[in-house]
Amino acid sequence: MIEKLRFRDPELAKRVAKKIHTVTPKEGTVKICHVCGTHEWTITHFGLRNLLPLNVEVIAGPGCPVCVTPASEIDEAVQLALKGVVVMCFGDVLRVSGSEMSLLDAKAKGADVRIVYGVSDAVKMAQKEPKKDFVFLAIGFETTAPSTAVEILNKPPNNFSFLVSHRVIPPAMKLLAEMEDLSLNGFIAPGHVSTIIGLEPYEVFPKVYGMPTVVAGFEPIDVLFGVYMILKQLRENKPRLENEYARVVSWEGNMKAQELMQKVFSVADGNWRGLGNIPSSKFMLNREYASYDAHLKHDVNVEHGIDIQHGCKCHLVIIGKIKPTECPLFMKACTPQKPVGACMVSIEGTCRIWAKAT
Amino acid sequence: MLIVMCLAIPAKVISLKEDKAQVDFGEGVLREVNVTLVNAKVGDYVLVHAGYAIQVVDAKEALETIKLWNEILQVEPEANI
Ligand code: SF4
Repeated sequence: MIEKLRFRDPELAKRVAKKIHTVTPKEGTVKICHVCGTHEWTITHFGLRNLLPLNVEVIAGPGCPVCVTPASEIDEAVQLALKGVVVMCFGDVLRVSGSEMSLLDAKAKGADVRIVYGVSDAVKMAQKEPKKDFVFLAIGFETTAPSTAVEILNKPPNNFSFLVSHRVIPPAMKLLAEMEDLSLNGFIAPGHVSTIIGLEPYEVFPKVYGMPTVVAGFEPIDVLFGVYMILKQLRENKPRLENEYARVVSWEGNMKAQELMQKVFSVADGNWRGLGNIPSSKFMLNREYASYDAHLKHDVNVEHGIDIQHGCKCHLVIIGKIKPTECPLFMKACTPQKPVGACMVSIEGTCRIWAKAT
Repeated sequence: MLIVMCLAIPAKVISLKEDKAQVDFGEGVLREVNVTLVNAKVGDYVLVHAGYAIQVVDAKEALETIKLWNEILQVEPEANI
């Protein structure tokens, strides 16, 4: 697309960066948080932090769904796989450690674990092999949850069920906004989650927490403009909600997707790896769809797992308290080839993204 | 193709049949995506995530955004540096 070329234009990027300098306060630090692995990828890959004034810090929040999936939910999938159920997952879930084992370890022990690109592929696989039992580990934020909802409403075959691990992002942002020692000044809201949920769920951030919030796209210029808009709001002392990504994000979001999600899921409190329990942050299957709930179907339920492996600092990395390079294990005991924590496994994990860039 | 969770990539709708569309990610290879969640027409660009189109890219808004950027870059004074 032509727009893409423009959205990556390095000359334009420099000009926006110059603009950013004009609205940055001369004193004090401004801390802006994004909550999407793809934003972190853009920022790191294009070296955007180098273009920003020294007192403007952009940190990565808990924007990697694979990273925040608690060990207990990986443990459930591992248990099912070892019991002989075919477990299907997204590619970057495979190596995430549970309390003792990852799905890849289970596979090495002979379990049937398969990677799929999306839930539709998983359903097709199950249809082809009606004699086997299949479970799809449904991980992802609001961007991914609608696809799970559609497949459930399309009535998958009897040999198919779900471990629903979907999480809802605004409650996690709220948690971050309330962490006093984090002292965030603004949010770059996640563009693709927002295509689904729209803008309204973020209104609370400027209104209640006085934090400028800008929904931004994923091209370098999008992110830079997002930063500019936040700084400008801070300068004017008028925190509000703005949309930089209007080409795919509307105020109301994707209403069809919201409607289907509401039919299939209800919201419950959920554990996030490294963050603990967050109120109203997890999707659960509604009772009418209980027959697709792998917990009930296969009688599996792990309450607690070991979320943070010894020495791993993922719990600090995912709230931007430390940079991956501040973890003693980074690129020493922990590498993309031999990851210790979930943040080094997923391509959306901050440690993994930084590992590629260093 | 990369298997990434949150990443969504724009693709052009080439043909439509019920809830499925053949789309082109610019590689010249057609791929099937589910279009239940969007009202897409042939020729539209859709944002695709994990095999599902999650939104139609609004070409008019895309141009508006670029226009807005240009305005910001040109009109507002670059004082203070
Ligand atoms: S570098 Fe590895 S051990 Fe350190 S925080 Fe990141 S994932 Fe955990």
